[in-house]
Amino acid sequence: MVQGTDALYTWSLTDLARGLKDGEFSSRELTESLLRRIDDHQQRLNAFITVTADAALQRADAADKARANGDESLLNGLPIVYKDLFCTKGVLTTCGSRILGNFVSPYDATVVERISAAGAVMLGKTNMDEFAMGSSNETSYYGPVTNPWNKKLSPGGSSGGSAAAVAARIVPAATGTDTGGSIRQPAALTGTVGLKPTYGRVSRFGMVAFASSLDQAGVITRSAEDAALLLGVMAGYDKKDSTSVDHPVPDYVAGLSKPVKGLKIGIVRQHFDEGLAAGCEERVKAALAVLKEEGATLIEVDLPNIDLSVPTYYVVAPAECSSNLSRFDGVRFGHRADNPENLLDLYCRTRSEGFGAEVQRRIMTGTYVLSAGYYDAYYLKAQKVRQLISQDFKKAFENVDVIAGPTAPTTAFAIGEKIDDPITMYLNDIYTIGANLAGLPGISVPCGFADGLPVGLQLVGPHFAEETILACAHQYQQLTDWHAQGPEEFS
Amino acid sequence: MNDNWEVVIGLEIHTQLATKSKIFSGASTAYGAEANTQACLIDLGYPGVLPVLNGEVVRMAVKFGLAVNATVAKRSVFARKNYFYPDLPKGYQISQYELPIVENGELTIRDEDGREKRIGITRAHLEEDAGKSVHEGFGQATGIDLNRAGTPLLEIVSEPDLRSAKQAITYMRKIHSIVRYLGICDGNMQEGSFRCDANVSVRPRGQEKLGTRTEIKNLNSFRFIEKAINFEIERQIEVLEGGGDVVLETRLYDSDKDETRAMRSKEEANDYRYFPDPDLLPVELDEDFIEYVRKSLPELPDAKLGRFVEQYKLKPADAEILTLSRALADYFEEVAENTEAAVQVAANWVIGELAAALNSEGIEISDSKIEAAALAGLLNRIADNTISGKIAKEIFDAMWSGEGGADDIIEAKGLKQITDASAIEKIVDAVIEANPGQVAEYRGGKDKLLGFFVGRVMQESGGKANPGQVNEILKKKLSDG
Repeated sequence: MVQGTDALYTWSLTDLARGLKDGEFSSRELTESLLRRIDDHQQRLNAFITVTADAALQRADAADKARANGDESLLNGLPIVYKDLFCTKGVLTTCGSRILGNFVSPYDATVVERISAAGAVMLGKTNMDEFAMGSSNETSYYGPVTNPWNKKLSPGGSSGGSAAAVAARIVPAATGTDTGGSIRQPAALTGTVGLKPTYGRVSRFGMVAFASSLDQAGVITRSAEDAALLLGVMAGYDKKDSTSVDHPVPDYVAGLSKPVKGLKIGIVRQHFDEGLAAGCEERVKAALAVLKEEGATLIEVDLPNIDLSVPTYYVVAPAECSSNLSRFDGVRFGHRADNPENLLDLYCRTRSEGFGAEVQRRIMTGTYVLSAGYYDAYYLKAQKVRQLISQDFKKAFENVDVIAGPTAPTTAFAIGEKIDDPITMYLNDIYTIGANLAGLPGISVPCGFADGLPVGLQLVGPHFAEETILACAHQYQQLTDWHAQGPEEFS
Repeated sequence: MNDNWEVVIGLEIHTQLATKSKIFSGASTAYGAEANTQACLIDLGYPGVLPVLNGEVVRMAVKFGLAVNATVAKRSVFARKNYFYPDLPKGYQISQYELPIVENGELTIRDEDGREKRIGITRAHLEEDAGKSVHEGFGQATGIDLNRAGTPLLEIVSEPDLRSAKQAITYMRKIHSIVRYLGICDGNMQEGSFRCDANVSVRPRGQEKLGTRTEIKNLNSFRFIEKAINFEIERQIEVLEGGGDVVLETRLYDSDKDETRAMRSKEEANDYRYFPDPDLLPVELDEDFIEYVRKSLPELPDAKLGRFVEQYKLKPADAEILTLSRALADYFEEVAENTEAAVQVAANWVIGELAAALNSEGIEISDSKIEAAALAGLLNRIADNTISGKIAKEIFDAMWSGEGGADDIIEAKGLKQITDASAIEKIVDAVIEANPGQVAEYRGGKDKLLGFFVGRVMQESGGKANPGQVNEILKKKLSDG
């Protein structure tokens, strides 16, 4: 092994790409080193549901060979891990649920297809809240993920496995999905960068659906630069997803150099109301001061209906999930109850055994709000409020380029602390849900520590303004080194 | 039927659209394949898959809407109809609910008394079909065949404007004819491509308020529909006259026993929890597209019938038969245009000999063993007196059996009509000579015997003598004596 490459796991995706290109190490060496790293920390973190070591080494060898033959694909030989709701051909895809505990996908999600086509090497599938329903990774059938900063704490969720793996310097980048904050909140709680693109920017084909009108695939990395690199590969129209948008994909990496100077940053008054922990408030305000110092203008904006985003979300998302999860009936794939007495028994036992408590709670909530006699009062009203929230954002973006604020109300909380109190748990997403309801891109960037735990700064942009928020995040990371500070235990 | 009661019927016709692939996936829609070989991951409702609308079904639905003078929606929305059933892979059916693609259409039929009657078409919406449960061959279990899952359907819902089973059938036949004219449905009822549910109720004549209805599901032959509706009307009247109440329920027609039976009552029916499908964008159509489709519409049955009467001076009854299917009408027109025979003769042949031959073999006009041009050729030989109508029928049979064209057969079999007067005279003379008794009777005033002589002459000529000439010569010679 070439000298200086013994801690490849600390390298960023961008640096690894350069190292591979320059021949400093091979994809096999890199892959072996990261697989060892996964192995060493799996027990402590439980970040993975499946590790695809053999296939990864084969892919790595193929990547090395391709490179020797002149292949310069963007991600050739670079490692990637997928949240376990991206369908991966021939590989277990559990969604963190018992009901898909035996489900080997016969096809690749479009995201997987694109990242693979760019030459990346899949190392495994990451743990997650069951069907992405949760904010703590505790609803996973495969056990909770622990936070690399403190094993008693949750890494957040639902993309907790991806966030923990990136924070613990096991992999440089992971995919995630964000329906109400499931990329940004765990990124904030683990000190990583989490990017949720505009709804329709990345294909949902092959992502096991939770709430179809809100789900969006994104990335968790340690730098905005890596996020830009990976997003460029994932983004783009897909004819297999009618809700993906045929909008040109810019060179996100090239766009990073755009300066903060002159940027108009909106500050939402409601984001600094009670509920935000003092330590988080202090760090977020300090970050805003850094951006101001660099030449950005801070402008107060009003999102008058933003307070309604959590209740709105908890009508719309369960409604869609109650329908999306109907296909898990034990008839064609996945878990099936033993010796059913009749059809109803097959359905009831398969689903009672297969789904955990939180998923069942949301299916019931969703079924209720769509029922005859309640539809207008709940679902229809929620859709109307959703429109209002979207309009609020639209109006705000007439005056500002991005909206900045906290990603989560607190730093990481203890495993077991909120799991029995759904409402408190749901409030964790109070700052992130708005972007999902309005379909806007958002990013969480590490902005310091409160009591030794990471705090995230969230930047939300107008539709398809990924370039703007990535550039702002990148410039901020040029001025600070919070993202470079990893948990001691994993250094 | 009881005169004290008025019957009210509305039909929901499920038309399978004749696309090559399914409404939301690329899988084939061909009928009759081995179970589950035409169901892709999307049809199977696999985790993570998404529906993509087949644009062809939209075009077809718009065609139908324009054909029945309906409003084509500029914006229609697919919704999910949620219920659990093993042959419904996703646990929901994608269907249009609040905003269908076609609304407020109409159709004119003739009622029993021959009067024109307007039947309203409430709506026509697009949806996907479910799979099939297979109950035989799996012991205690049930098999599922998902080949049909995702097949595109256009559900055409009528207003409750129909007042008898006969009217219902007339209306349904007309829809059947229109969708086939438009080429949007093959109309094959046996394969289930065209089937209907009938909503039936009765009320005391003169009463405004509708009686409680029942819905008879899945009727797939015109005959069964008529029988099922009539059975149901009788049943309801009997219930009501016996002092009972009709129960709002779904019923199934048993063709073996010729009766309807309750399936499930509507009260215990599912709450389908409809909501807009977030995986699909609303279908948005602009005026240009609708106009483009309008321009592609073929001449429809009513217009064609009118034109046939006007242009060809056909009897309306004949024109109606000829325009029942577009293929038959096209065939007739091709014959008419290629023959010197009178148009009515062409019509008679298509409606008579040809239809009978098709019927006896149970085949469609498109599979006819005699092409239109060939039939026209045969009729030309009648027109130019080469053969008689009677001989023509013999030639028709030979053509049907694949023995060649009319001229070949006439030549090969020596069937050319005898029009040489001296040759006919010779035969006539022989017949007169051989039948002195009859000649005497004829001359004694028994005119009816002319037929006898004609028959004999024709027989002697092997049917080839020109009947007109035979008549003429016979009359002359018999009266000469």
